Order: sequence, then C-alpha cells, then structure tokens
Amino acid sequence: MEHKHEEHQLISYGTYIMVWLALLILTGLTVTVAGLNLKNFAIVAAIFIAGFKSMLVLNYFMHLKFESALFRNMLYITLFTLVVIIGLTFTDISFR
Amino acid sequence: MSQSTDLVLEKHFDPIGARVGMWLFLFTELLLFGGLFLLYAIYLNKYPDEFHYASSQLDQFVGALNTIILLTSSLTMVLSVGALQRKSRNLALLFLVITFLLGAAFLVNKYFEWSAKIHHGIYPNSAELLQHPQGEIIFYGLYYTMTGLHGLHVVVGMVIMIFLLVFIGRKKSTLLTMSHGNLEKIRGKNISLIGPKNQKIWQSEPISEELQEVKLVVKGVVTQEKMGSNIVKLENTGLYWHLVDIIWIFLFPLFYLIAM
Repeated sequence: MEHKHEEHQLISYGTYIMVWLALLILTGLTVTVAGLNLKNFAIVAAIFIAGFKSMLVLNYFMHLKFESALFRNMLYITLFTLVVIIGLTFTDISFR
Repeated sequence: MSQSTDLVLEKHFDPIGARVGMWLFLFTELLLFGGLFLLYAIYLNKYPDEFHYASSQLDQFVGALNTIILLTSSLTMVLSVGALQRKSRNLALLFLVITFLLGAAFLVNKYFEWSAKIHHGIYPNSAELLQHPQGEIIFYGLYYTMTGLHGLHVVVGMVIMIFLLVFIGRKKSTLLTMSHGNLEKIRGKNISLIGPKNQKIWQSEPISEELQEVKLVVKGVVTQEKMGSNIVKLENTGLYWHLVDIIWIFLFPLFYLIAM
C-alpha cells in the first residue's frame, strides 16, 4: 500500500481569493446580462455563467482539479445521468 | 499483513476513501436537486410569461446579497481547510466561525424575504395565491420548495460546523490499548509513533515477554491533527458546503433574474 497522496497538495490562500473574486465578478455579470432583456437567450446565458461558476467552485474550492481521475469520472457519470433524465423528459413534453 | 504496530493507527485513516464516500453522497444531492430543476424547466417551458411575472415580484437585491454571502462563506470555508492543512488550528477555527456566521446571515435574509412574501399572503395553498394564474402558483410552489430545501441544507451544514468547532477545538488525548493477540504480534519489537511526514516522534523499549497489556496515551491536540482525522472531517464538510453553494449559484438566476 502506498501512503504518498494522502495529503492534499497545498493551494495558496491567494488562489482561493482570486477564485472568490472571479465568482463575485461572474455574479455581477449574471445580474448585468439578466438586465439586458435578451428574452430566451437570458436563461441560456444565466445557466452558462452558473455552469462556469460551478466549475470554478468544483475545481478549486472542492479540489477536483487536484484529485485523481476517479473523482472527475464519477462526476461525469452523475452529470450524464442528469442530462439523460432531463433530455428524455424534454423529448417527451415537446412531442406530446 | 502483519506490519507491526502501524496497522492499528492506520486503520482509522483513509482520507481518499472518506472523500470518495462524501462525493458519492454529494452526487445523490445533485440528483435530488436535479429532479427539482427538471420540474422548474418543464414549467418554465409551459408558463413562460407567468414565471417571468412572478419572478419580477421577488427581491433581486436580497437574492444578489445572499449570493455574495454564500460565495464568501465558501471562501472562508476553504480557507479554514487550508489553515488546518497548514496546522494553524486557531486560524482554521476563526475561518470556520466566520463561515458559520455567514451561513446564519444567509438564513436571516431568507427569513425576512419569506416573511415579506407570507405577509402579502403569498405562500403555498394560501387563499391569495390560489387566485393567481396557475403558472404563478407553480412558480411559488417551486420557489418555496427549492429555496426551502436549500435553506435546510444550510442549516444542516451549520450544525455540522458546530460539531467541527468542538472536534478541532478540544484537546483530546488518544488512548490505545493493546493486549492478547495484538500484543503477541509485537513481542520483542518496539512501539513507535510516526508523524505525517514519516518522521519518528517517539519509540518505546522492546515489549518484553512478561507484559500483559500495553496502554499508549497520546496527549494534546497535535496528535489529533497529525492523524489527520479532523482535516478529513473539515474537508468533507467543506465539500458539502461548496455543493450547497453551487446549488444556490443555479437557484439565484433561475428564480430572481429571469424577469429582469
């Protein structure tokens, strides 16, 4: 058994603060974009920005970037499952 | 498998396994909220105008403020983990307390927000709301369900933080008793205490044939930290807290901003 990777590699406080600032700026962007009255595009833009914010939180705050591939693959399986469920439901309601 | 004494200490310590377990739990949470987001998407598709109108009745300022509060609490949570990884126990405790207070601030805002709505008679199944169009009734139903379930997650996170403040704050001694079979394995060998960087902290005399029982007491907080169990607990609490943050990152634009 190897015990080498038991401790996380340390990430600097500065990196965390930069990620936090980016998240705040993106929140500002979400509010700004919502104010532009883009109709249907607004919701796409909001989800796109929220997805990007989530990626920042996952990768840096939740250390996903520094974990082994196992963690990312588990996330992909979950997201794939969600996409299938949502996709199939929408094919149902749009072809009724 | 008879690798002398470190067997006993190591069996409590599997940080990767602990994190995998936490992530698996978080995925069930994602699917739970995912189902609710699916409902939201379907009804937004069915009643776009009513959703837009109802959304415009929510307080965008409070929504944005709560977003900032929760994002900041995620920062202080990760800083707390970072501090404990660097063995700065007091700094970790300080950041954890700030995280807790930010969680409380989020809930206070939520309380005033809900109170204002309820004061206007807008709550599930209220006489006032039932006179509104169907789409608005569904919008508010989803609003109360999803932000309520999310708020409940914030409460749970704060309760776990109280436990962690105790775990990290207390100066616990660890008692290890070895007798019978365990003791037979190490007769003639020494017991040693190994730090996280594989450095030998302490070593005993060889265990003689006459000894019937060995008690090993490790005092002070340092050993707790070095065994890393608090770091694992704090990391997993952090993972949970960040997931609650991510869910809010989606809730905020979907409920508060679609009407702007």
